[in-house]
Amino acid sequence: MSEYGEHDRNGISVGIVKKQHFTFAQPPEEMMLESGAKLGPITLAYETYGRLNERKNNVIMVFHALSGNSHAAGYYTENDEKPGWWDNMIGPGKGIDTDKYFVICPNIIGSCYGSTGPSSIDPRTDMPYALDFPLFTISDIVRSQKRLTDHLGIKKLLCLVGGSIGGMQAVEWAVTYPEMVESVIPIASTCKRSALSIGLSEAQRQAITADPNWNRGNYYSKELPEKGLALARMIGHISYLSEDSMQRKFGRRLQDNNAFKYDFSVDFEVECYLHYQGKKFVERFDANSYLYITKASDYFDLGEQRGSGSLTRVFSKTSSKFLVISFSSDWLYPTSQSKDMVKAMKKAGLDVSFCEIETDFGHDSFLLAHEQLTKLISGFINRIYNNSVGKT
Amino acid sequence: METSMHFDLQVIASFIEEKSRVLDLGCGKGDLLEFLKMNKQVEGSGIEIDEKKVISGIERGLPILKGDINEETQDYADDAFDFVILSQTLQQVYKPENVIREMLRIGKRGIVSFPCFNHVSIKLQLLFTSKAPITEELPYEWYNTPNIRVVTLKDFRIFCAKHKIKILEELAISSHHKQTTGKVVRFFPNWLARYGIYLLTR
Repeated sequence: MSEYGEHDRNGISVGIVKKQHFTFAQPPEEMMLESGAKLGPITLAYETYGRLNERKNNVIMVFHALSGNSHAAGYYTENDEKPGWWDNMIGPGKGIDTDKYFVICPNIIGSCYGSTGPSSIDPRTDMPYALDFPLFTISDIVRSQKRLTDHLGIKKLLCLVGGSIGGMQAVEWAVTYPEMVESVIPIASTCKRSALSIGLSEAQRQAITADPNWNRGNYYSKELPEKGLALARMIGHISYLSEDSMQRKFGRRLQDNNAFKYDFSVDFEVECYLHYQGKKFVERFDANSYLYITKASDYFDLGEQRGSGSLTRVFSKTSSKFLVISFSSDWLYPTSQSKDMVKAMKKAGLDVSFCEIETDFGHDSFLLAHEQLTKLISGFINRIYNNSVGKT
Repeated sequence: METSMHFDLQVIASFIEEKSRVLDLGCGKGDLLEFLKMNKQVEGSGIEIDEKKVISGIERGLPILKGDINEETQDYADDAFDFVILSQTLQQVYKPENVIREMLRIGKRGIVSFPCFNHVSIKLQLLFTSKAPITEELPYEWYNTPNIRVVTLKDFRIFCAKHKIKILEELAISSHHKQTTGKVVRFFPNWLARYGIYLLTR
């Protein structure tokens, strides 16, 4: 996902929040990963907003995408320039209303925002893991998050919400711990990474690994592979936009002059924008984390992995209610992939709602303030909450 | 029965048994579904193609799928529902035979309502004005109407007989479909009905 949208510093928010940490899987009780490798100790960074009610039945878990983190809402300090990445959705009276719900947002393993990842210190060597960090899958991410909910004493999850790779986690949760999950909202997501997405992922990884500074992942005390990571981000960023949104935002406008420069420096505004996005990204993200997390998402094929090839069989394992949302101009996770998910849910007899939102902002739409998206999410969660309160 | 509901929806609701599984094709914002949920405790969901209506429906807490009814019915298992409803939509369906066959595959019973093209006012308009009739039920000009089918009650009966669809109930209604009170026509229904409501089974 891209950089955060515009925010009103004086707008309604959850206020000052604090990042928390939970560590588990201490050796010799490391967590066994899907690959057969072991990982431990594992630390997960997470944040919570709102208040857990006495019955502990108002929990919503929010999952971030590739480059996100646990900071989904609020500010760390009074002078913080930007709030969390989904502040337009999470807060008092917002789509995910923190006056009503208790929201947890964990940072995924492999990331570089406080959870254990390739840039963390490997206790066996006292050096960063780098490529000694084991490859992991969406299922591994989810099983690590389950340890966090256990730690917090939470047995029921009212709703799981996530966009993109966050949606993969939400759906994986529903079929791995069906007894815990009441409802799920996968947004701009898929149950099976397509060849197009994998291809784009690999091009981004190659951009990183082709940077001489990458040095087979051992760059932590040296020059960082900034050029490679910035290039990866540029490719990624294009895939989050759409033809129409780019055309509208940049057209063929030139950056500095009214004339071509006839060299390979920047001519067009769009070039300049992408360079800027790349540069900004290397200040906040770890190149190795980028490799690991894109690979985890490439491996994701829920039907194959959990239903011997049948997505319907996968969804027969759960009775969670679903709201699937896609965006008309998203070509990275197109509507057809959301519909495949919906089809399987219908065949499995699940309570499923689906809406494709007409917009030309591409894959990134889910992060932008969007009235329709807010209505869908708040209305759906409200129904689940009312049903759940009525039941108990 | 709640009186703010359109009369045709009230009649449809009267066909539906409590706690049944219901699918409403072309459900709009889900007025009927909400009514059925509140009054008949049904487990209901709907299919609607208009994004704004889908969002309004989901916002009010109804399970709705955005999509085309011709395609969306295909994913459901046989007998997935007790009732499948097609309310005031038949006249806009490209392949009515397929849709009704699908309705009766995925549902044990089907409910179909449509504006009747044989009402005396339509006959008179055609006779005296020589223009394509415009009524409250069919309020469009020939060039902008979404209603691609003209159907009468008799046509529909013949259609059902031909496709071996059993009609369990037929009601001819003389009120406008947006009115909240209405009248069932018993005499000359072919001529006096503004629309018909059918309860069907395989």
